[in-house]
Amino acid sequence: MAMISTPGKSFDEIAQETLEPSPFAKLRKRIFGNYSFLAGLIIIVAIVAMALLAPLIAPHDPYETDLSSRLMNPFWHEVKTDEEHLLGTDKVGRDYLSRLIYGAQISLLIGFSTMLISGTIGTVLGVAAGYFGGRVDMVVNFIINTRLAMPVFLVAMAAVVAFGASLMVVILVLGLFLWDRFAVVMRSITMQARDLDYVKAARAMGCSTPYIIVREIFPNVIGSLTVVATVEMANAILLEAALSFLGFGVQAPTPSWGLMLNEAREYMFFSPWLLALPGACLFLLVLAINLFGDGLRDVSLEKGR
Amino acid sequence: MSILEVENLTVDIPVAAGTLHPVRGISFSVEKGETLCIVGESGCGKSLTSLALMGLLPKAAIRRADKLLFRGEEIGDLPERKMAHLRGGAMSMIFQEPMTSLNPAYTIGDQLMEVFRRHVTRDKAVARDRAIYLLEKVGISSAASRLGQYPHQLSGGLRQRVMIAMALMCEPELIIADEPTTALDVTIQAQILHLLAELQDEFDMGLILITHDLGVVARIADKVQVMYAGRTVEEGPAQAVFDSPQHPYTQGLLRCIPIPGKTKRGERLGAVPGIVPNLVGDLSGCMFRNRCPHAAPACATADDSLVTGSDGHANACIRPETERVAEAAA
Amino acid sequence: MLAYALKRSFAAFLILIVVSGLTFSLSHLSADPALTIGGEQASDEDIQAIRELYGFDRPIYIQYLDWAGRAMTGDFGESYHYGERVSTMIAGRIGTTMSLGVLAILFALIISIPLGVVAAMRPNSLIDRFALLIAVFGQALPTFWFALMMIIVLGVWWRWLPISGNDSWAHFVMPTIALGYYATPALMRLTRAGMIEVLGSDYIRTARAKGLSPTVVLFKHALRNAIIPVVALAAVWFGFMLGGSIVIETIFNLKGIGWLSYDALLRSDLPVVQAIVLIFASFYVVLTLAADLLNAWLDPRISVR
Repeated sequence: MAMISTPGKSFDEIAQETLEPSPFAKLRKRIFGNYSFLAGLIIIVAIVAMALLAPLIAPHDPYETDLSSRLMNPFWHEVKTDEEHLLGTDKVGRDYLSRLIYGAQISLLIGFSTMLISGTIGTVLGVAAGYFGGRVDMVVNFIINTRLAMPVFLVAMAAVVAFGASLMVVILVLGLFLWDRFAVVMRSITMQARDLDYVKAARAMGCSTPYIIVREIFPNVIGSLTVVATVEMANAILLEAALSFLGFGVQAPTPSWGLMLNEAREYMFFSPWLLALPGACLFLLVLAINLFGDGLRDVSLEKGR
Repeated sequence: MSILEVENLTVDIPVAAGTLHPVRGISFSVEKGETLCIVGESGCGKSLTSLALMGLLPKAAIRRADKLLFRGEEIGDLPERKMAHLRGGAMSMIFQEPMTSLNPAYTIGDQLMEVFRRHVTRDKAVARDRAIYLLEKVGISSAASRLGQYPHQLSGGLRQRVMIAMALMCEPELIIADEPTTALDVTIQAQILHLLAELQDEFDMGLILITHDLGVVARIADKVQVMYAGRTVEEGPAQAVFDSPQHPYTQGLLRCIPIPGKTKRGERLGAVPGIVPNLVGDLSGCMFRNRCPHAAPACATADDSLVTGSDGHANACIRPETERVAEAAA
Repeated sequence: MLAYALKRSFAAFLILIVVSGLTFSLSHLSADPALTIGGEQASDEDIQAIRELYGFDRPIYIQYLDWAGRAMTGDFGESYHYGERVSTMIAGRIGTTMSLGVLAILFALIISIPLGVVAAMRPNSLIDRFALLIAVFGQALPTFWFALMMIIVLGVWWRWLPISGNDSWAHFVMPTIALGYYATPALMRLTRAGMIEVLGSDYIRTARAKGLSPTVVLFKHALRNAIIPVVALAAVWFGFMLGGSIVIETIFNLKGIGWLSYDALLRSDLPVVQAIVLIFASFYVVLTLAADLLNAWLDPRISVR
């Protein structure tokens, strides 16, 4: 065969190569050019700020009831509004705006804590399965399949009934259930990474197993991990809301958005905003997390290759 | 009348950095029963040329040609519906990767009969018979039972034979084969080439064979067209081009391969240093100049059209042979 | 083939044992069954009598084995609250849940497949962005909130649809949409991604080179391959729909087994909860097997090991 000493690049590659800006500028463009990623990031930052600054920005104490001002309308109505309560009040006269603001604390707390717990469990299981293979893999696979077979919602409710409904219990229960995607993804990545050449080289040099796992495989893996983390965080927030909505989550008078939806239900035909507002907050937060996660995946995917 | 006559074919593709010009004014013709080999390294535009002929370029690409005559009729501005009528029927194509060029979800028989039923007749029995006939022609044994097999059940060589059979189903007048043997083992290569040559003889078709392998060219070509950076740098009867290559690029290519009888033992094989240049934006002059041992300042602005010598052998180098030889000797 | 079937059946059996065992333990932690049966007015002697009668004083693993043994013959015992046979209660209600699940997944497929195909044919076009927007929004929308908002808008304001019960087909419209839309993003994205990949493949190029019409290329050649993973995913999502039925049935007052499980949990009606968990888990196991078989059937390259 005629051997021509060129690497034989395609035209597209050559064209792109010669007229491209520096890698740093490329990254900046990717981040700022991705509108949905930016939107997600901004909304998340705003909600986190709102949660952290709640004591400062909320006009009232979210737990303070005022039975003389029950079910006041929000400012866009014509009757029965109150300057003190811009978004109206709920069935026991608590300021809705304040409760919505504090609700962010609950959702974010649940999201983060659950994500941390399930992330740890799933990562440990997944990496163990992927790295050691064989029996360990079989056992972990069985555990994952068992978890997937469980009707999570139903069993979570049963667990809450068994251990009592509270924020702690909800976080623990969700954390102990939502690790499956972590495990699957980490297992798959570890299996791929284990076979990469530089890992083989490290083993050939006699590096010990934990050293390899930490130094060589992990950097490979951070990207996918954060993406799964955002997905599971969104999941946890929605699940807690659903549990609280059915009465199997946090208990009154905690200002959880899901619980607020539960309380709003009996008044939903006459005071629909009681239902609309907390749900919209949930929607917005989860949307932002999803956009952020999607954008993160887009940004990290190109970088890694 | 030639089966195919192409004059000044260009393909332009808008890219991020401007406009890419992968094919810049190619002309050639193919007669009945003739084999034209288009040779060149990866990225010289030969595959795009074949896709351009079939009208299979990506949507963003712009194809232009002064003349694009198939069976004497202009097909350059043919509406897509009519072009689709020609494709697979009078003009068919064989691709490089047999492993992935067949649909894994359907049987060989289904895919063979499909093209026949599209262009010739809907009759299943007739299509089936034709498929069996051609499978046997391409050297596949127990053809009738093969019809029910799926592509993943066949080896690469067998799949390529099926592709060839598929290209022949509707008795095409022209076959374009884009590197049909590159992905196959060396021994299978020889068989497939032999098969192509035989079939071409028997059915009296025009064959355009695209390759980067000079060995293939030597085996099968009547005419050769050497492409570099989207232009033809040398063309002519195969024997002439091989015996006395005129363009420095062709000469470089031939120096890279050992030729039995000519290359002495222990002699170093040549190489063509450098890489293919960027073909985006305004281009002028001979694009080989950054790798040519005979490059001169005039090459940057020269007109690199083909200059035809005697007996149809043409090359695009602006520097006469005599000058170059003298230079080399000095 | 036989060995494979046996292996999977054994794994499935183990999974069901673990799931039901876990639920059994949880249930018995949450309430004293003797109390539930006896009621609040019962005296201590009555409760003790109940305990001995039902065997609640036996070690928990014995009770579980007893339950499991009978469950394998289809006998799930009697409801603590209603006194009826659990299997009868379930049999009467499972039809509603199954219908809802089937309708929901069909709804999801009818929207996601065409949308995914069109989006793949014109990537980055207006319709592609629209499809992705729907996907992102759909994933963020809490199911129960969407259901409630639909009730307000479609059921009360516009009075298009009935909001409770299951007498007519119209009663199923909103529940189907509320349950089914959640599967749409995942199915649509998979269809789109699969089609984009397939449309760029070599065998599609071959199909075009054969002069086949664009319709034939799109449906016979491209979609046929791209749809394979989508069908398998739909089978899995059908399982999720069944799990998600709990919330939807409760909101729309559709008395399927989702609603029944919620009701049973409220009343600590353990046999009912236990049975329904087992049913959901069995569905998951069967559906994943169905997904694998579907894959093998649709893709000639896969042979069932």
